[in-house]
Amino acid sequence: MTDTPDHRPPEMQARPSRLRRAWESDFIYSFTRSPVAMVSAFVVVVLVLGAVFAPLIAPYDPFNPASLNLMNGFTPPGTANQFTGDVFVMGSDDQGRDVFSTILYGMRISLFVGFAAVLLAMTIGVTLGLIAAYVGGWVETIIMRIADVQLTFPAILVAMLIFGIAQGITPPEYRDQVAIWVLILAIGLSDWVQFARVVRGATLVEKNREYVQAARLVGRSGNAIMLRHILPNVLNPVLVIATISLALAIIAEATLSFLGVGAPPTKPSLGTLIRIGQEFMFSGEWWILIFPSATLLALALSINLLGDWLRDALNPKLRA
Amino acid sequence: MLAFTIRRVGQSILVLLVTGFVAFSMFTYVGDPIDNMLGQERTQADIERLRDQLGLDQPFFVQYWNFLKEAAQGNFGLSYRQGRPVGEILVERLPATLELAFVSGLMALIGGIGLGIFTAIRKSGALSSSIMALSLIGVSLPTFLIGVLLIYIFAVELGWLPSFGRGQVVDLGFWTTGFLTVSGLKALILPAITLGLYQMTLIMRLVRTEMLEVLRTDYIRFARARGLRERAINFRHALKNTLVPVITVTGLQLGSIIAFAIITETVFQWPGVGLLFINAIQFVDIPVMAAYLMMISVMFVGINLIVDLLYFAIDPRLRVDRSAAKGH
Repeated sequence: MTDTPDHRPPEMQARPSRLRRAWESDFIYSFTRSPVAMVSAFVVVVLVLGAVFAPLIAPYDPFNPASLNLMNGFTPPGTANQFTGDVFVMGSDDQGRDVFSTILYGMRISLFVGFAAVLLAMTIGVTLGLIAAYVGGWVETIIMRIADVQLTFPAILVAMLIFGIAQGITPPEYRDQVAIWVLILAIGLSDWVQFARVVRGATLVEKNREYVQAARLVGRSGNAIMLRHILPNVLNPVLVIATISLALAIIAEATLSFLGVGAPPTKPSLGTLIRIGQEFMFSGEWWILIFPSATLLALALSINLLGDWLRDALNPKLRA
Repeated sequence: MLAFTIRRVGQSILVLLVTGFVAFSMFTYVGDPIDNMLGQERTQADIERLRDQLGLDQPFFVQYWNFLKEAAQGNFGLSYRQGRPVGEILVERLPATLELAFVSGLMALIGGIGLGIFTAIRKSGALSSSIMALSLIGVSLPTFLIGVLLIYIFAVELGWLPSFGRGQVVDLGFWTTGFLTVSGLKALILPAITLGLYQMTLIMRLVRTEMLEVLRTDYIRFARARGLRERAINFRHALKNTLVPVITVTGLQLGSIIAFAIITETVFQWPGVGLLFINAIQFVDIPVMAAYLMMISVMFVGINLIVDLLYFAIDPRLRVDRSAAKGH
């Protein structure tokens, strides 16, 4: 903006952001010292890569009807099919689809919905939390009252309700097409309160700090102070909540899809796959159920553990 | 105390008004019930008759007023799907859900407090560590997956317990119970574990944390110095002070037990209100969805209110420090 040289005392010059400082100091160290965090991170990275590169990795394209052979139905894992001789690492389902491939593609949907829902919840929550704390007054009262009312109900119930209403508004012939987006909307809207509360709490503390007063004196606008000065300083807890929310969102998506109020059978997520697998559990085709379930569990558990570690690593009070 | 009570009651009424508005908006703006109730071979006369019967031809405010009036009496009109009064269906389904919630809540409370105390006292034992590790999996395991896996192990592989339904129930006129027959009790085991496991791990971890905190305090050290037996210290002195947050969390979890019953009931095809709600969403049966929403919000608000007041009554410190009571 200006060409004047930086005359501020050295300790105020180009102060790196809190995130960056954490990154450079204890963050990596704490990561390398925690085997749980490293293993979880490894599992998450492998699963995410598997989902992203599903079209390259998957041995079959489970959604291309031309590649399906009904003769391949119910092939147990690792054994050659008695009619076709095809081998499936994790077996095949009733329509002869490779379970391993459907899991890879299913994970794409699960992770996409999870990430998008958390992003939505985070955007809404952080924005409203910042505004509530910074503006105050009746704006704050309204936002936080809405948050209170919503918090009376478990998130999964709110998500179900939003999904139900959205389905009702959508004409029946479009329901399957928009189901994924409705899911994102439902889970995202059900989960913003956590972010809003934490950001509001942190902002209330930050807004009385000297640097905010200084920024105000210099004449920066309210928006600039909120976004450029306060926001970076309240991001640590947001990061932790986002990680834990991701695990919760993935579980919520799986739950809704499992209950039949989520991803349609044409675009199965892990939850839909478990729902399908459950039907064959009684007749002994366990692999259709167990492999998607194990994948979901691995995904949710490792993200949770990573979130736990992140919470401890970013909390200076816990650093002895 | 009085001011606090009035404020909390006011908040509760606000929550109910908001959910009431949501429920009514669903009635008014979502979906076309005529489409859902009548099949392909409907005539114009059929449509008119049904529209009139459901009151869908009346203006907004009349419908809104009717809704409030009827809702207060527990009357939510006819289910679009079953064509029967929603209130009647709910009353019929409610005992199944309440019995399931009661058993799993009890299990979560007893198991959670017991295991919590155990893992806090034997902090470094191998058994405690494995319980803690297992509890982490319990928290990450989605409810429906617990149910499915339990069915797979105990119903499919071992064949010990039924995988769906309520078993044989006894009709007491106003209440149907599964407590009185062997098959009813057997059918209750797997759903109750499924529903209660998550709450149990939650309560257990909470009790453990609180217990460890309390055991570090001076008065416990003093009790030890006085030469009291470990048993008396742990149960008479320490446990008492850990129970305040446990009561709050348990009370609030009661609400989520009822909500998570939706999942458990669907997995086990348990004929309660939760299964009714899921079916209502699948078939866009708005009156059932709205009625369920209202019913569950009355329950939640009631539970929250009672827990808040109870919290106030149990912890004498809050009576002095008013600001701590609303510190959540």
